[in-house]
Amino acid sequence: MEETLTEQVVNVGVAEYYVTHNPHVLASYGLGSCVGVALYDERKKIGGLAHIMLPDSKAISRPGKPGRYADTAIRAMVEEMEKLGSRRRDIKAKIAGGACMFTIPGATNPKNVPGPAIGMQIGERNVEATKRALRELNIPLVAEDTGGNYGRTMRFNVSDGRVVISSIRHGTREL
Amino acid sequence: MAERKGLTPLQLDALREVGNIGSGNAAVALSTMVDKKVMLSVPRASLVPLVKVSDLVGGAETPVVGIYLHISGDASGSMLLLLEEKSARELAHLMVSGMEGGELTVVEQSALQETGSILAGSYLNALSQMTGILLKPSVPGFAMDMAGAIIDFILVEISQSEDYVLVIETEFDVLQHKIRGHLILFPDLGSLDIILGRLGVTTD
Repeated sequence: MEETLTEQVVNVGVAEYYVTHNPHVLASYGLGSCVGVALYDERKKIGGLAHIMLPDSKAISRPGKPGRYADTAIRAMVEEMEKLGSRRRDIKAKIAGGACMFTIPGATNPKNVPGPAIGMQIGERNVEATKRALRELNIPLVAEDTGGNYGRTMRFNVSDGRVVISSIRHGTREL
Repeated sequence: MAERKGLTPLQLDALREVGNIGSGNAAVALSTMVDKKVMLSVPRASLVPLVKVSDLVGGAETPVVGIYLHISGDASGSMLLLLEEKSARELAHLMVSGMEGGELTVVEQSALQETGSILAGSYLNALSQMTGILLKPSVPGFAMDMAGAIIDFILVEISQSEDYVLVIETEFDVLQHKIRGHLILFPDLGSLDIILGRLGVTTD
């Protein structure tokens, strides 16, 4: 218990990612439609957490930071983990988030195309894109807590690979 | 859109004025609805990094009620009425008599939703009158959850590629009732030139 009191928590904010071989807790607070992606190499105790916001960098003309999109964030994390000594086949994934926070009938998306606002299905699309990116990199998804209409906080302990999800209305569970 | 390094002091002043006029009108509407005095803070207008937006309202895990409206028309963006959970209950009780301290009932939720809609409507109306820009709010969406989860949804709506968003934020207090809330306008950065142009501030 003494160890858990002193362990360092790294806040991984919107559109950021963080990779480490130190026994930190990586946390993304208040994931709504965003998806938290924890990658873990149990053998080397190397882990990374991404707080992705959008599904696909290729759909955007000037995409900006890789941490923002499922495809680029996951690839960037895998590359950094490999630099730290991970082998691709040792990396496993756990994901959380991708909720639909609001529903607004009759809203239009930013380009004024009739239909639901882009944010309506964005959570679902983020989850799908995350799974696709993991498949393309041959990384098995071992656990997930996704969808629904509520926010989640994700805490990933790099020392043992445990991922704990907490929420206001649905309590706490371990992935 | 060209790379935007920041906004000039003159531009920020003009955007604060947007906040002033919009929230002033919204405060009058709220004051009429609850028959109480409403105090407003000086509006803030700034470019805020994505990771910092939920800090404006006390952190990503703060339990809040959010009423969200999408804005379309000549300019687009999002409008958010954000109340800490306690304040939301107080406000709901002022409008609908119910059990003190309990969970929000469906009627209370829809009263809050309607409040958000009216405040956003008054805010945007004042803006439209001042600038001649047509701003149409959508029907309001309601969520009660962590502030971060409510805000990340809006970030997706307004920021596809920038690392920051423009936030025009006013805090309001309903006197004698410990009700404090935030009224936040998030103009799409693509609409910024239109808004600043109509305010007579050049955008080089």
